[in-house]
Amino acid sequence: MGKVLLMQGNSAVVEGAISAGVRFYGGYPITPSTEIAEGMAKRLPEVGGKFMQTEDELAGMGAVIGASLAGVKGMTATSGPGFSLKQEMLGLACSAEIPCVVVDVQRVGPATGQPTSPSQGDVMQTRWGTHGDHWVIVVSPTSVPECFDLTRRAVELSETYRCPVILLMDEIVGHMRERIELPESYDDLPKFPRKVPSCAPEDYLAYRDVDGTKVPPMAPFGSGYRWHVSGLVHDETGFPKGTPSATRTSQDRLRTKLTDRLDDIIMTESYRMEDAEYAVISYGGAARTAYDAVDAAREQGIKVGLFRPVTIWPFAEKEIAGLSSKVKGILVHELNCGQYFLEVERAVHGKIPVTLYAKYDNESASPEEMLEEIKKMTGGAQA
Amino acid sequence: MKEELVEKYFRPGRLPHLWCPGCGHGIITGAIVQAIDQEGWSKDDVAIISGIGCSSRASGYLDFNTANTLHGRALPIASGLKMANPKLHVIVVSGDGDCTAIGGNHLIHAARRNIDLTLVVFNNSIYGMTGGQYSPMTPVGSKATTAPYMTIEEDFDLPSLAQAAGATYTARATTYHTQLLIDVIKKGMEHKGFSLIEAVSACPTNFGRQNKMGAPALMMDWQRQHGVPLAAWNKMTEEQRAGKFPIGVLSERTDRKEYTEAYDEVIARAQAAL
Ligand SMILES: Cc1ncc(C[n+]2csc(CCOP(=O)(O)OP(=O)(O)O)c2C)c(N)n1
Repeated sequence: MGKVLLMQGNSAVVEGAISAGVRFYGGYPITPSTEIAEGMAKRLPEVGGKFMQTEDELAGMGAVIGASLAGVKGMTATSGPGFSLKQEMLGLACSAEIPCVVVDVQRVGPATGQPTSPSQGDVMQTRWGTHGDHWVIVVSPTSVPECFDLTRRAVELSETYRCPVILLMDEIVGHMRERIELPESYDDLPKFPRKVPSCAPEDYLAYRDVDGTKVPPMAPFGSGYRWHVSGLVHDETGFPKGTPSATRTSQDRLRTKLTDRLDDIIMTESYRMEDAEYAVISYGGAARTAYDAVDAAREQGIKVGLFRPVTIWPFAEKEIAGLSSKVKGILVHELNCGQYFLEVERAVHGKIPVTLYAKYDNESASPEEMLEEIKKMTGGAQA
Repeated sequence: MKEELVEKYFRPGRLPHLWCPGCGHGIITGAIVQAIDQEGWSKDDVAIISGIGCSSRASGYLDFNTANTLHGRALPIASGLKMANPKLHVIVVSGDGDCTAIGGNHLIHAARRNIDLTLVVFNNSIYGMTGGQYSPMTPVGSKATTAPYMTIEEDFDLPSLAQAAGATYTARATTYHTQLLIDVIKKGMEHKGFSLIEAVSACPTNFGRQNKMGAPALMMDWQRQHGVPLAAWNKMTEEQRAGKFPIGVLSERTDRKEYTEAYDEVIARAQAAL
């Protein structure tokens, strides 16, 4: 039995990180993510970890990459303006395969936007924000307990696949307070150790796939395995090599190390979907409205369910394509002008109608408003 | 440099380097290696973190824990590495543009924190890698591909800048004054706290040619004539100093706490309060 607390989403991220063995944080404060920095500043030294308030978000992300090179799990958190600043570093972490967790608690944008209001306007930025073809993992929590669990999962995914993982939050889940049950001690929770080389140092090639997982073991700096990190296109030695074949080989491994393992990476939730004839797709804080709206619709006899992608990227292509052969229509609800919606349309490929309920006015939708949208989709269809 | 040092510290198969004939960057890289050798440090305990530029390519040639990161961003990455493993000797290699333009903000904050890093800035007065655009350390009145009518911006006095920001060790030497260069790098590595060494380098291809400096040997001679040992500098009048610069250890202080040690006290305070 653990302890039951009333906790904010941002604080649950802090506890999730500490429990997963994160021992370094670098970052710059920004609403609505600041409580994560404040929480890490307090909690990290208590467990022997280190916190740095850096001069800007680029430096925060850089310091996390540096700590990760030494084998220490690192995290940074920010919101839109800072997330934009971190993009170049994010690309370095993708290219050089340096595990780290980046939290983006979305605000309304662009620019300074509306710092304290909910939005999900960064969805496409998490996927395509840094330049160049690249592949990342993005997960998005809907509740405070899930902030804890998904922070841990983000750490696990980043260590397993040697890539940055973005925990995509929004002002709703970041600032909301909810009941959460935490273990008395984190000692027995998994800490997701990194795969390190077992060969002799002289045989170590930092980017060689030695076990078929396409994820090379990573030796901490200072452990006797001297290797080279580069953001230039490199071959399995880690040294720059820009030939067409080296570039293709590297790109292919960086992509397929994730796409080969979609069954592990893609997490979804289905709510009242068993007999559903229509589906709402929603994620993160916006999905909270959807649970209530689905319940209200069911009370009126409308057979609708919620399909909630927990993993936002890679896209749940197979699952959503499958959905389109089960239901008669899909309503996508998100707090932006339609970003995830574009991907859903693509996956459904015109088989059934896909409509968008976009909310981008600084407020989340109410269940009543959403029920109206559901009725529009079903055309008043009743059981 | 002695053949055995090349064999010991340079990665097999990574040479030849990409630097042009007459470039000073190899001399500075050699000086870093000789300073490390004199310290007798194990290669496993040394990390070389660089940004992007011709100078920053040095990390890839050297057989330590190395990273060639992003333009201007070596210091934050090195800072995180040092925090995570304070036992590592972390040396940062940067260019004048890398360090003082795009990375200028990181420079002043790393200096202010007094984190135990040794920063060696390869100052060739120009953006070498991208072909000769002016940097914040291009002397005012120089030509550059982006200043065909001469630069109008004053250049930084880098050791003074770092000193004002809080660096507890600053020094300057040139690729002509090689022995001094090795000495000031070595002292910087021994210094506990943030050390900045400006290593004046020559870029015959992209600075010398545009500014009619003559052959590489003449650019070295320019360094000999313009770099003045600190003792002599201190006796010179303002008029005599014009256009010249002091070399040697320019500042050193021990009254400020080093950052990772100060953070250990944070940990102690946090744990005492539990
Ligand atoms: C963000 C970013 N902007 C610009 C560049 C292009 N770039 C690469 S190196 C360089 C200048 C290098 O000059 P310096 O730091 O003085 O080093 P040098 O090559 O002269 O040794 C520039 C502008 C880049 N790689 N990244």
